[in-house]
Amino acid sequence: MQLNQFLVLSAFLFGTGIYGVLARRNGVLVLMSVELMLNAVNINLIAFSAFNRNVGGQVFALFVIAIAAAEVGVGLAIVLLIYRNLRSPDLDEVDQLKG
Amino acid sequence: MWEQQVAFWILAVGMAVAAIGVVRTKNIVHAALSLVVVLAGAAAQYILLAAEFVAWAQVLIYIGAVVILFLFGIMLTRAPMRDDSSRLDNDQRWAAAAVALLVFGVLVALVVDAFGGQEIRFGAELVAQGRTQAIGTDLFRVFVVPFEVVSMLLLAALVGAVVLARKD
Amino acid sequence: MLDAVWIVTALPAASFLVILFFGKRLPKKGAGIGIAAVGASFVLSCITAAQWIDHVNAAEGHSVGLGAFVGKGMLLSGSEHAVVKPVVHSITWWHNGGVSFGVGTYVDGLTVMMMFVVTIISLLVHIYSTGYMRGDHRYTWYFACLSLFTSSMLLLVVADNTLQMLVGWELVGLCSFMLIGFWWEDPANSRAAIKAFLTTRTGDIGLMIGVIILFFAVGSFGIEKTNVYASGPLGQHDILLAASVCLMIAIMGKSGQFPLHTWLPDAMAGPTPVSALIHAATMVVAGVFLGARLYPVFYDGFSIGNGGVNMMALIGGITILIGAVLAFVQQDIKKVLAYSTISQLGYMVMALGVGAWVAAVFHLFTHAFFKALLFLGAGSVSHGGTHHSFDMREMGGLRKSMPITFWTFLIGSLALAGIFPLAGFWSKDEILVNAGANGFDVFLVIGLVGAFLTAAYMTRCVYLTFFGEYRGTHHPHESERSITIPLIVLAGFSILAGLVNAAPLGLEKFAEYVQPTFAFPDLMHVEFDYPKAILSVALATLAIGIAAFYWFRREEFGALEGLTKRNKVAHAGYAFLENKYYLDHLYEDVIVDGIRGPIARASYWVNQHVIDGVVNGAGRGAKTVGQFAYGTVDQRVVDGAVNGLARETGAAGGELRKIQTGQVQRYALLLFAAVGLLSLALFLTNVL
Repeated sequence: MQLNQFLVLSAFLFGTGIYGVLARRNGVLVLMSVELMLNAVNINLIAFSAFNRNVGGQVFALFVIAIAAAEVGVGLAIVLLIYRNLRSPDLDEVDQLKG
Repeated sequence: MWEQQVAFWILAVGMAVAAIGVVRTKNIVHAALSLVVVLAGAAAQYILLAAEFVAWAQVLIYIGAVVILFLFGIMLTRAPMRDDSSRLDNDQRWAAAAVALLVFGVLVALVVDAFGGQEIRFGAELVAQGRTQAIGTDLFRVFVVPFEVVSMLLLAALVGAVVLARKD
Repeated sequence: MLDAVWIVTALPAASFLVILFFGKRLPKKGAGIGIAAVGASFVLSCITAAQWIDHVNAAEGHSVGLGAFVGKGMLLSGSEHAVVKPVVHSITWWHNGGVSFGVGTYVDGLTVMMMFVVTIISLLVHIYSTGYMRGDHRYTWYFACLSLFTSSMLLLVVADNTLQMLVGWELVGLCSFMLIGFWWEDPANSRAAIKAFLTTRTGDIGLMIGVIILFFAVGSFGIEKTNVYASGPLGQHDILLAASVCLMIAIMGKSGQFPLHTWLPDAMAGPTPVSALIHAATMVVAGVFLGARLYPVFYDGFSIGNGGVNMMALIGGITILIGAVLAFVQQDIKKVLAYSTISQLGYMVMALGVGAWVAAVFHLFTHAFFKALLFLGAGSVSHGGTHHSFDMREMGGLRKSMPITFWTFLIGSLALAGIFPLAGFWSKDEILVNAGANGFDVFLVIGLVGAFLTAAYMTRCVYLTFFGEYRGTHHPHESERSITIPLIVLAGFSILAGLVNAAPLGLEKFAEYVQPTFAFPDLMHVEFDYPKAILSVALATLAIGIAAFYWFRREEFGALEGLTKRNKVAHAGYAFLENKYYLDHLYEDVIVDGIRGPIARASYWVNQHVIDGVVNGAGRGAKTVGQFAYGTVDQRVVDGAVNGLARETGAAGGELRKIQTGQVQRYALLLFAAVGLLSLALFLTNVL
C-alpha cells in the first residue's frame, strides 16, 4: 500500500474538520469537527509509524486519544455554560467581545 | 495485496462520506452518528496498519465514551433534534469551504510531493510492533513521563469540567 | 607741564563725571568738586604759561635769525624773534586708508593764553555760581555742565589737529545748548537754546567743509602741517581761499558775526554766570581763536597782506556797527551786553581781517575780563536788586544800595568804552592803529564810530541801572560775598590786564610770547600811533559826555520824548531797530517757512499718495494673498488633506472594526485562512 493513501485520507478528514469548525453554528458540532481533525492526525501518525517501523507513532496516537477525550469533556462543560447563560447553544450569539 | 487495498478503499470512502455528513447534516443527532462511523472507520484503518492496541483504544475511548458525551451534550443543551437547517450553519460557510479546500490542497500537494511513491512494507515486524507488548514496553519505558503528565492532565480536565459545569 | 597739557583738559572732564554720578551725595552738591578741578586746571595753566615763557626765552637765547623760509613773498626774516616751534604731542588713535586719526596737544603762546583765560574765568564763574544758583533744583547738573564746558573748551584750545578742534567745537556747542536751556520748563528758554544750536550749526557746515578742504590740500588734519602748508610755497591760493570762506562761515556762526549773530541775544535766557562764561568770554571767542590758530590759511586765502577790503574785515566791520546800534534800543540789561559782545567780536574779527593778529588776540584777552565782569555785575543786580529781573525799566538808583556792584560795573563799562588806562583802551586802540596803518582806512573809521557808539550805549545802560530813582518794587541790597568777590577780582583784571601789551610803555610782553613765529606770515609791526589813540579816547569821552548829558538832563529834552511815537520816520527807524533789522523775521518767516511750506506740503503729498499708497497697497495685497492662502490653500487643500486623511482613517477603522465580530468562529476562519496561505506560500517557494 502506498503511504500516500493514508496521508491523503488524513488530509481529507482534516479539511473536512476545518470546514466543520468554521461553518457549524452549534458548539457541540464544532467539537465533533475537532474530533474529526484529531482523528485525521491519528491516522497520519499510525501510517508513519508503520512506514518508519517506529512504535513511537502509535504511542503518540494513544496520547492524542487521551487528550482528545479530556478536551471533549472540558469543551462540553463550556458549551453547557454558554447554553446556560445565553439560553441557546448558538455560537453566533457569543459575541461579547465584539469590537 | 489487493485485499488490503479493497478494504482500505471501502473504509476510506465510507469515512469520507461520513465525515462530510458530520459537517453537513442538518440533524445534529445524525451528525453524531456519522461521527461514530468515522471513528469506527479509523479504528479499522488502524487494524489495517497493524496497530491493534491503538485500534482497540480508539473504539473504547472514542466511540464508547466521547460520542456518549456528545449525545449527552446535545441533550443537555436542548439542541433541536429535528431537522433544522437554518440554525446549524452560520454565515461564513462558503469562506470556510474555501479555506478548508485550500488547506486540503496544500496538504495533498505537500504529501504527494514529499512521499510520492513510498510504500508501506508489511511484515512480521510490523505486526509485532503493533502488539500490546511492544506498546506497553515503549510507553512505560521511553514515554513514562508523558504518560504521567497525561494522567495529570486527565485529572485536571476532570476537575475542570466538574467545576465548570456545576450549578451554583 | 608743556608736555602734559592734556591733564588740564582731563581734570574738568573727570570732575564732570564725578559730579554727574556722585554730585548729589556730596556736601556741596558737586560745586566743591567743580571748583577744585577748575582751580587745579587754572594753577596748571599758569605753570604751563610760565614754562612757555621760559621756553621762548631759551629759544631767544639761541636765536640765529633763520631767514631762509622764502616763499610767495612771505619772508620769515626772523626779525626780532627766533623761530620758536610750538610743543606738539600727538597720539595716533587709528589708521584707515592711509589717513591717521589721533588726539594731541599743541602748545604755543596762543594756547597758553587761551588756557589762562578759560580757566580763570571759569573758576570765577564757578565761585560766583555757588551764590547765584543757590537753591536751584538742578544745581548739581549745572556744575556738571560747567565742568564739561570747561573741559571741552580746553580740548578745543589745545587741539593739535582740526578734527579734535571740531570735536571740542561741537562739544562746547552742546554745552551751550544745555546751559541756555537750563530752565527748560519755560518753553521760551528751550526755543532760545534750539535757536542757538541751529544757528551755530549752520556755521558748522562751513567748518566741516573747510576742514575737509584743508585735509585734501594738506594731506593731514594736523594744524602744524596745515600752517606750514599755508605759509609755505606749496599752498595753493584758490584752495586756501575756498577753505577760508568756509571757515569764515564757521566763525560767523560761533562768534556771532553778521548775519549769523541772531542767536546771541536770545541766548541770554540762560543763567547769567553762563552768559558770562560762555557767551562773553570763552565760547563765542572760539571762532576768533580758529581764525587766530589757522591764520596762515586766512592770510593767504583772503590776501590780507595786500590790503583792501576782504570778507573777514568786512563782516567784522559790519558786525561792529549793527551790534552797537542795536544795543541802544534794548530794555533788558543782558541784551545790551549781548549786543555789545557781538560788536566787540566784530572788532576781533575785523582786526584779524586787517592783519592785526596780536591786536585781535589781545582784545580777546582783555574783553574776556571786562565783559565777564559786566555780565556778572548784571547778575548781581538782578540777584540783589530786582529779584531776578533784568529789565532796566525796573531798575534805577542802585548805586546807593549796591555800591560794590556799581563800582565794578562802572570800571567794566569804562574798560569796554576804551578809556585810558583801563584794559580796553590798550586792546581796542591796537586794533584801530593797525587798521589805519595797513591801508584799511575804511575799517579805521568803522572802528572809531563803533567806539563812539559803545561808550554811548554803555553810558545809557549805567545810567538806567544805577542812577536816577529806583523804579522797582523790591528792596535792593548788595549781593553776598561769593558774588561780589569775583566782581572785584575781575575789576582788578580789567584795570591791569592791558598793561601786558602796553606798547607805548615798551611792555610788549603779549606780542613777544603769544605771537607765533613758526609757520606764520610776517605781519607788519605797527608802531603805536599817538594821534589815533588820543582821537579814540576823545571820541569815547565825548560820547559819554553827550549821553550822560542827555540822560541826566532828560527833562530838558522833553521834546525828544515820544519822538518815535509821533514822527513816522523816527518810528520806522525805531521799529527797524527794535525788530533787530527784521533779520529774525527774514530767517524764520521768510527763509525757513518759505522752504518749509512748499517742501512740507510736497512731502506730505508724497507721503500720503506715494508712500502710503505703496504701503497700503502692499497691505491690501498681503491681505488678499492671505485670504487666498487661507481660503483656498489652507481650508481646502491643507485642511482637506488633513481632514480627509482623518476621515479615511476613521472610515478604514470603522471598516476594520467589523472584523472584530466577537464571534470565535470568525477569528478561527481568519486563522485557518492565514495558515493555509502561508503554508501555500512556503510550499511554493521551497518545494517547487
